[in-house]
Amino acid sequence: MTLIIILAVAIILTAILVGMYNSLVRLRNQVKNAWAQIDVQLKRRYDLIPNLIETVKGYMKHERETLENVTRMRAQAMETSGVADKAKAEGMLTSALGQLKIAVENYPDLKANQNFLALQEELTSTENKISFARQNYNDQVLFFNNKTEVFPSNIIAGMFGFKKEDFFEIDNPAERVVPKVSF
Amino acid sequence: MWEIIRKNQRKSLFLLIGMGIVLILLGFVIGSSFDPEAGGFAGIILALVLYFILLIVAFSSGKSIMLRMSNAREVGPDDYPQLYNVVEEMRLAAGMPSMPKVYVIDDSSPNAFAAGMNPNKSVVAVTTGLLNMMTRDELQGVVAHEISHILNRDIRYMTLATVMVGTVAILSQIYLRSMMFGGGRRGGGGSGKNKGNAIMVIVALIFAILAPIAIQLLYFAVSRKREYLADASAARLTRFPEGLASALEKISNSTADLKVADKSMAPMYIANPLKPKGKRMRNLSSTHPPLDERIRILRSMGKNHSYSGYQQAYQAVTKSKQGIVPNSALTTS
Repeated sequence: MTLIIILAVAIILTAILVGMYNSLVRLRNQVKNAWAQIDVQLKRRYDLIPNLIETVKGYMKHERETLENVTRMRAQAMETSGVADKAKAEGMLTSALGQLKIAVENYPDLKANQNFLALQEELTSTENKISFARQNYNDQVLFFNNKTEVFPSNIIAGMFGFKKEDFFEIDNPAERVVPKVSF
Repeated sequence: MWEIIRKNQRKSLFLLIGMGIVLILLGFVIGSSFDPEAGGFAGIILALVLYFILLIVAFSSGKSIMLRMSNAREVGPDDYPQLYNVVEEMRLAAGMPSMPKVYVIDDSSPNAFAAGMNPNKSVVAVTTGLLNMMTRDELQGVVAHEISHILNRDIRYMTLATVMVGTVAILSQIYLRSMMFGGGRRGGGGSGKNKGNAIMVIVALIFAILAPIAIQLLYFAVSRKREYLADASAARLTRFPEGLASALEKISNSTADLKVADKSMAPMYIANPLKPKGKRMRNLSSTHPPLDERIRILRSMGKNHSYSGYQQAYQAVTKSKQGIVPNSALTTS
């Protein structure tokens, strides 16, 4: 009789522990997936920038410094890895692009160029996608981190080495809100 | 958090159960009017079998029926780049694993709908009128509202409800017609059993007239609640409630009726495609809450774009203590 009770308790306990482990794994996968979504959009932005520079170069004779700055920040961001560092480098690239957007205002010819307009929608949308994907990523990280901290799942998290994930945060407070970009 | 919302639709669930009771009662009463002893049970079985058959049809081909009825055509990123981009942005914000298919309806009235039982196989459709009229931010608000319907599993839910309304309508119609044309046959005779029958026939007739109305009202209540919740989710996804608010304002100012609209599809649209004739009854008999109220709620959200922000704005505007968003969702976001 006692043996059966001990056995039953052991089975129930194991089931609970397995359940907690599985939900940690699921949440961590969601974080990974959310990161992959950001990554796709960041790569898309890297791909768009050379086209953009190529298109605007002919018009913007007096903005060499701004253009070079964008190219440099892009190269830097591409080399960076790790969520926190990446966020910082991407933030710098975003603000370099922001300066370019301001400069574009002085070139009415450029703003009438069809090729540029198409690129502009693509870039605007890619930046929105980065922001929205980041919003979702940070939500997922919050859920996962909460799970690794609260009792009793923190015990399982400690045993199996689930570590807290970094938020994708951008330093510039103005960049925290989703940009309502319209060049 | 989306999961929490799904689990916490207790009030909608009660309404759905209420609709189910109306359906079962109708089956029982109709059955009893033919045979007071065994007919009631047979009537219930008949009503449920009819419901499940219609449900299977709706679940297996509801999406394609809806798209065909509205003459929607699928578009890609090259046809409507901005629309496609906006849908993808909202998909990312919502963390949806796969991209919904994007459809465009050639119609000058501004409207949009979502379809698909499964978030992985969903559809977002907008009219060309909407595309022409809206700015990017407004379009984003509308698309966010539609994506929210998919995420909140509203489509699955509303299909369960719509099919119930349809089943009750069919049963009532068949019964009323058969009584009108075949009633004479049972009218004669004066035995005790037939007397009991006659009373049941009158009860069944009254019920067949009232049940469709009762179930419609319950259905409208479910649908309206879902609209508020989709607005709340849209504000949270875009972090910009003004986009949806000003889109709704433009929709309310437009006079065009959607040509392809059908009553059964109304709850899936962002705004009621069939403009109500009178104003007095609109609160009870509309699938959508009044647009001006939805706009005022969105505009009074201020800087708080979370569910709790919408909840507070809703309570302030409607002066009610009623909750739109489940409590468990309020604490996590």
